[in-house]
Amino acid sequence: MRNQAFVALAALVAGCASAGGAAHQAEPAAAPSAAGTAAETTSVDRPQYPSTYRRHPNPPVLIRSATIMTAAGQEIPNGSILFKDGRIVAVGTRVQAPSDAVVVDGTGKYVTPGLIDDHSHLGVYAAPGTDAESDGNEATNPVTAEVWAEHSFWPQDPQIPLAIAGGITTIQALPGSANLIGGRSAILKLIPARTVQEMKFPGARYGLKMACGENPKRVYRTRGPSTRMGNMAGYRAAFIQAEQYRFRWEKWNKDHQGDPPQRDLKLESLAEVLRGNIYVQNHCYRADEMAQMIDLGHEFGFKIRSFHHAVESYKIADLLAREGVSVSVWADWWGFKEEAMDGIQQNAALNQQAGGRPLIHSDSPSGIQRLNQEAAKAMYAGQRAGISITRDQALRWITVNPAWALGLDSIVGTLEPGKMADVVVWSGDPFSVYAKALQVYNDGWLVYDRNDPAHRPRTDFELGQVPAPGSDR
Amino acid sequence: MIALLLAQTIAITGGTVYPVSGPKLEHATVLMQNGRIAAVGTNVTIPAGATRIDATGKWVTPGLTDGGGQMGLVEIGAVGGTREAFYQGDSVAAAFNVAEGINPASTLIPVTRMEGVTTTLAAPGGHLISGQAVLIDLDGATVEQMLVKSPVGILADLSESGKDEAGNTRAGVTQRLRQVFRDALDYERRKADFARAQMQALSAHSADLEALLPVLHGQLPLIAVANRKSDIATALRLAREFKLKLILAGGQEGWEVAADIAAAGVPVLIEPLDNIPSYDALGIRYENAALLAKAGVKVVLLETDTHNARNLRQEAGNAVSYGMSWDQALRAVTLSAAEVFGVADRYGSLEPGRVANVVVWSGDPFEFTTAVEHVFIRGREIPLRSRQTDLFERYKTLPPKY
Repeated sequence: MRNQAFVALAALVAGCASAGGAAHQAEPAAAPSAAGTAAETTSVDRPQYPSTYRRHPNPPVLIRSATIMTAAGQEIPNGSILFKDGRIVAVGTRVQAPSDAVVVDGTGKYVTPGLIDDHSHLGVYAAPGTDAESDGNEATNPVTAEVWAEHSFWPQDPQIPLAIAGGITTIQALPGSANLIGGRSAILKLIPARTVQEMKFPGARYGLKMACGENPKRVYRTRGPSTRMGNMAGYRAAFIQAEQYRFRWEKWNKDHQGDPPQRDLKLESLAEVLRGNIYVQNHCYRADEMAQMIDLGHEFGFKIRSFHHAVESYKIADLLAREGVSVSVWADWWGFKEEAMDGIQQNAALNQQAGGRPLIHSDSPSGIQRLNQEAAKAMYAGQRAGISITRDQALRWITVNPAWALGLDSIVGTLEPGKMADVVVWSGDPFSVYAKALQVYNDGWLVYDRNDPAHRPRTDFELGQVPAPGSDR
Repeated sequence: MIALLLAQTIAITGGTVYPVSGPKLEHATVLMQNGRIAAVGTNVTIPAGATRIDATGKWVTPGLTDGGGQMGLVEIGAVGGTREAFYQGDSVAAAFNVAEGINPASTLIPVTRMEGVTTTLAAPGGHLISGQAVLIDLDGATVEQMLVKSPVGILADLSESGKDEAGNTRAGVTQRLRQVFRDALDYERRKADFARAQMQALSAHSADLEALLPVLHGQLPLIAVANRKSDIATALRLAREFKLKLILAGGQEGWEVAADIAAAGVPVLIEPLDNIPSYDALGIRYENAALLAKAGVKVVLLETDTHNARNLRQEAGNAVSYGMSWDQALRAVTLSAAEVFGVADRYGSLEPGRVANVVVWSGDPFEFTTAVEHVFIRGREIPLRSRQTDLFERYKTLPPKY
């Protein structure tokens, strides 16, 4: 929307929802694995597009005399944090630095976990927003569970460094929301890289993007689905096929009678959802539709991990909390289409109050640069309305809660010993409009330093045609 | 009418007052009478019977003005029937004035004003010449009651998106504009010939040419959307050639030609949180507003997402974060906007005689911690209520009470 410089045009094609399958991640030693147990990936017999992520070697870092916001219940004034070999070693008021540590004076600064956006289209809807860079919606069939966002992802998207400068360390890059089932998401470390494989979060399970409501029925109006009931029938038909596929493979794996069943990429993704190895990430605005989707999950025995956008989730916050579905919401977007008309600023806070798991997502290359500000707006809107929201809870909305939605909350999302050293140093209180990320560490690597051009990554795209900050052209 | 009848004498006392036209005043009073500001200062005599509002510890500013958007012209983005800003058909729609399309009952209006934005532009979009923008106050039962000024300018699109209707080239855009401008002047000289059908075919309808005459006489601004620095240069060139009163909108690469813009005395309407590179502006960056202001350009801030025009204050806060002074940013959402839109004699500052658009904030208006405590539009206290607060009240405890 913001690309329209002066007068915003109305149309908004939101897209989200991808799904992924667990799987064969050949990954580097010491990288913690998200999908801990061996996947029941019975229809795949070979490695698939493995992560080649490697931690960048770097010295230990001690940030001292800062306010440390852990997203794990603590806000420590005049605190320190030490990380080494990509892991957080210690957090507190008395932390000793090894002799080889780089010491950062954090006086007046705030430190938080790296921010996580579980709803991004970076790389799949890259800038500049031309047709050639539009790789987010495989809008050729309402069910395209066979497509994987990582196969669209362009690591030279100039929006990536902008998001890094906003303190983002992990994203879920999703296919768009044109389709009922849009494809698998990519869970990525947000770092400069030549290939998407180098960015793939080791061991992270895929998400499967699904979409409710207006978008699919608008896109497929002439061929169907053209109604919300048509949408539901479409999901059900797909999962019925997937149940059969899963059954065929389980049977064959047991008895090895005859030829193995033919692989089907679409059904493989869906079967992985049924096996619990892929998380459903469901674009869904209206409360009544979310309730339908919960029933769909019950019918086929899977759990939706997060409702995305979920502008009406506050209306069924009790149901969502009971079902254990997180909600990925905006602070204040509303009104761009009918199913977004009932958006209110207290949405995240009301879900928190109900015992749910809200988180703030961006769905925007602009918004991803200031998730902290969006969380601040949502927190204060809740507080002003009399809902008790703590700063730690609001910080969790942009750190460990999205980590949970991606199944990575044991690895990232808080500042606790043993967690991956995804760390942001802020110029001030991150809930202030005036705070900016000064340093961003991703797995211990200083990927961004606002005050040091040597640590301000630029994509190939920018070289020679986009003026560097602080330079003339 | 109701708004006018309810306007009364109100004294906001004890607050830190930011008149914008002068230095801030501690423990000051803002006195409003009959919809206008009657007095501002630390020694104001409060008439007996005045309603008093204690603003001790609070900040008091003029209501904010959003220098862009389509307030009243869009209800639901995706529903065409609720969109009124895009005139279909003519690539030169200079005679199209958006005012009568404005919906005073729009749900966006209460949502916006209860967060301190009291005045907004309502601008047309699309085409080479989009039409006439107007300035409105966010209160009133009719368009007449809302209008602050109509028109405030005619919009032309010199950016990438304007090319569609001018041969798909930038040079085509300028050539077409020049032709239209010359035809307008020609038409003015030869109206009698035109009436007798003794003129060659004109490049636009006579009504649109007629509408352009105030622009060509330097009375009404041309608001030119231009982002690439070459397009900004083109806009400045056209303004010189035709002696136009120019306002730049968008201006994304403006920082690269800030000195030229400043030298031309041309103001710029900017969305600060706009930094996604496109081929229309690869040089787009957050520091644009600050760098232009530093060069001496008059900057007005805007929020393009009309539904979230309330985020104008977040835009302003970020402009400060990226280099504007706080005072510059406040001016850019109040007095500078009033000056650029030609209403500074009535709007944009807290001075006697000005329209009483006043906001009482719990603190710095740009900070997220800050709550809006009171909003006055033309002296009427605005209830801090909207469809969104109604929804919240219904669902704050579950199940809802229907």
